[in-house]
Amino acid sequence: MTRIIKNRAVVEDSWSVLRLAEGETADTIDLPQGPVLVPLSVWHARKSALLAASSPAAPVGVWLAAGEGPESLADDLAQLSVIAVDFPKFTDGRGYSAARLLRERYGYQGEIRAIGDVLPDQLFLMARCGIDAFALRADKDADKALALFDTFKTPYQAAVDQPQPLFRRRAA
Amino acid sequence: MYRYDNYDHALVQERVAQFRDQVRRWKAGELSDEEFRPLRLQNGLYIQRHAPMFRVAVPYGMLSSTQLRRLAKIARDYDKGYGHFTTRHNLQFNWIPLERVPDALAELAEVEMHAIQTSGNCIRNVTTDQFAGVAADEILDPRPLCELLRQWSTFHPEFAFLPRKFKIAVNGALEDRALTWFHDIGLHIRKNEAGEVGFRVIVGGGLGRTPIRGQVVREFLPWQDILTYNEAILRVYNRYGRRDNAYKARIKILVQALGVEKFAEQVEAEWAHLKSGPATITQAEYDRVAAFFNPPAYAQLPAIDDGFVQAQAEQPAFARWVERNVRPHRVPGYAAVTLSLKKPGTAPGDVSDVQMDRVADLADRYSFGEVRVTHEQNLVLADVRQDELQALWQDAKAAALATPNIGLITDMICCPGGDFCDLANAKSIPIANAIQAKFEDLDYLYDIGDIELNISGCMNSCGHHHVGHIGVLGVDKGNEEWYQITLGGRQGNNAHLGKVIGPSFPADEVASVVEKLIRVYLDNRHEDELFIDTLDRLGVEPFKDKVYGDRLKGKKAA
Repeated sequence: MTRIIKNRAVVEDSWSVLRLAEGETADTIDLPQGPVLVPLSVWHARKSALLAASSPAAPVGVWLAAGEGPESLADDLAQLSVIAVDFPKFTDGRGYSAARLLRERYGYQGEIRAIGDVLPDQLFLMARCGIDAFALRADKDADKALALFDTFKTPYQAAVDQPQPLFRRRAA
Repeated sequence: MYRYDNYDHALVQERVAQFRDQVRRWKAGELSDEEFRPLRLQNGLYIQRHAPMFRVAVPYGMLSSTQLRRLAKIARDYDKGYGHFTTRHNLQFNWIPLERVPDALAELAEVEMHAIQTSGNCIRNVTTDQFAGVAADEILDPRPLCELLRQWSTFHPEFAFLPRKFKIAVNGALEDRALTWFHDIGLHIRKNEAGEVGFRVIVGGGLGRTPIRGQVVREFLPWQDILTYNEAILRVYNRYGRRDNAYKARIKILVQALGVEKFAEQVEAEWAHLKSGPATITQAEYDRVAAFFNPPAYAQLPAIDDGFVQAQAEQPAFARWVERNVRPHRVPGYAAVTLSLKKPGTAPGDVSDVQMDRVADLADRYSFGEVRVTHEQNLVLADVRQDELQALWQDAKAAALATPNIGLITDMICCPGGDFCDLANAKSIPIANAIQAKFEDLDYLYDIGDIELNISGCMNSCGHHHVGHIGVLGVDKGNEEWYQITLGGRQGNNAHLGKVIGPSFPADEVASVVEKLIRVYLDNRHEDELFIDTLDRLGVEPFKDKVYGDRLKGKKAA
């Protein structure tokens, strides 16, 4: 079990993340017991086996690498209770677009989890983009990080957390 | 100009608190240097040669006298008493200890200023024409739309970690005075056949290591759609721009790789989902913001003031200043005045705390309390009565702000260079000063006439050398500072890049080389022909022959 932030609270979590090591392929890798987040390539190669092995106690989810878009998951969203967005480095911002698209374009209602190089100072931005679970990098303190969700109370833009930009609410 | 309401105030105050906390955690070891780096950069803080360089945003170049006095105070209380205006309207301080930056930010927040996104791989300060609102050739005042873009880009949650920095420039007049062809996004305000206002959208321009002129992605975009359209452009860039090589990460590289048609298709496909969404600008919001830029209470004045005309006839020095530093205004009896920050012997764009206070006084006395920063690193008082120009000139002279050289060779664009900047390959300020010294004689300077000379201390091109009629670029050659010369670049509607004329020169030869280039012009010009026109007519060969002389005879340039 690890501690993650979910819906602005620190909770115990049992999901593991399957990452292909060098030499391993999506077609041949041993599928671990759920709850597990698998790479997109594994999902596409082994979908039926993964779904057959999954259960409410051992669910399966998918993680998107930076550069992988939600387009490739569009037909599968109803089968996934968790989709993770991987940040290989915290300065790689592709995951923000992926999360927004999942929510705003594809209407995904399940959990979107940030994994990888996830740091407290980016939580505010990630949350605005529709990410609602955060597996902080192991050396970071999740309890201390909670305060950073409220860094800015009323930002200007429309985003997932507030679909109306400030200018449409300002005059009221 | 725009004034903050409670929402705007809260955001900059929250920013101060955020950064104060980040500095505290960095000092406590909770944030590593690497983790802190992008956070400080997005507050304009670079670690430089001497101390952190701190870059304050001047959104689309507008400053109130109150804000300018605060910048003067910060220069005095936190720095060594001066600052440097950049080609993107911002003000840089050079000597503020990092620990004191949160306090400086708090002082800025009190006067509706900040350093948000003045560096880092995010959307930077939006720039525009320094004569916005007063230019005779204006289609629409770009500043309300610039303010809307400022708000949209501030803490944009999706675009804080782009592949690379992202710069937007907006021009609202017939003549481009905002270098829009060389920005990541350049916007031209225009009217369509039905008389509706919109933008020509140019994407993928930029200077730097790989200078490229931008390309038109859309000829006409209704103004209401600018935020959603920008969002589509930025999303395509954020998702598909290169991240494997910082030198190939700007949007211009993506546009080149895809081709502009394919890039435009992707943007339009993305925009199809966003168009008409909540981020579409409402008329009510436009009106709210535009009201801040309503014309000031101009007096009813004759088009030509007799006393002003007479003073020019009687005082040649005043007439000279008027000729170079004063521009016509769309309102009868008014003029726009450029205060030169290019006094020979000083660093171009530098301004002391005393001068900032003096400019604030002049703005209050003569120009409705407002000042603009130009991308040529000067200051503008945009609304001065003709009958007060003489008094303004005398006051400006007393503050060393009336050098009558706007548009002349000594009014050069110049980055801080190797004296301050850690990125620089070579110094630029001593080169600027050496060139200025060659052209100190005013009759000589005036005889040469309009010319643009731009100096960058490295290929990052902060000094816009690519688009100078004469460009000077500092290069590192075996740990020595050498300088490459380009000719024929230009800004404006026909903006394009200059061409390198040949091998570079050591520092002590650059001013003489420039003098030789000018000599070729003076010897060959037709009557009333400007430097750039003579260059276009003759081509670069006679200029090359003059500066390289025997060095290149009989052998081809490497």
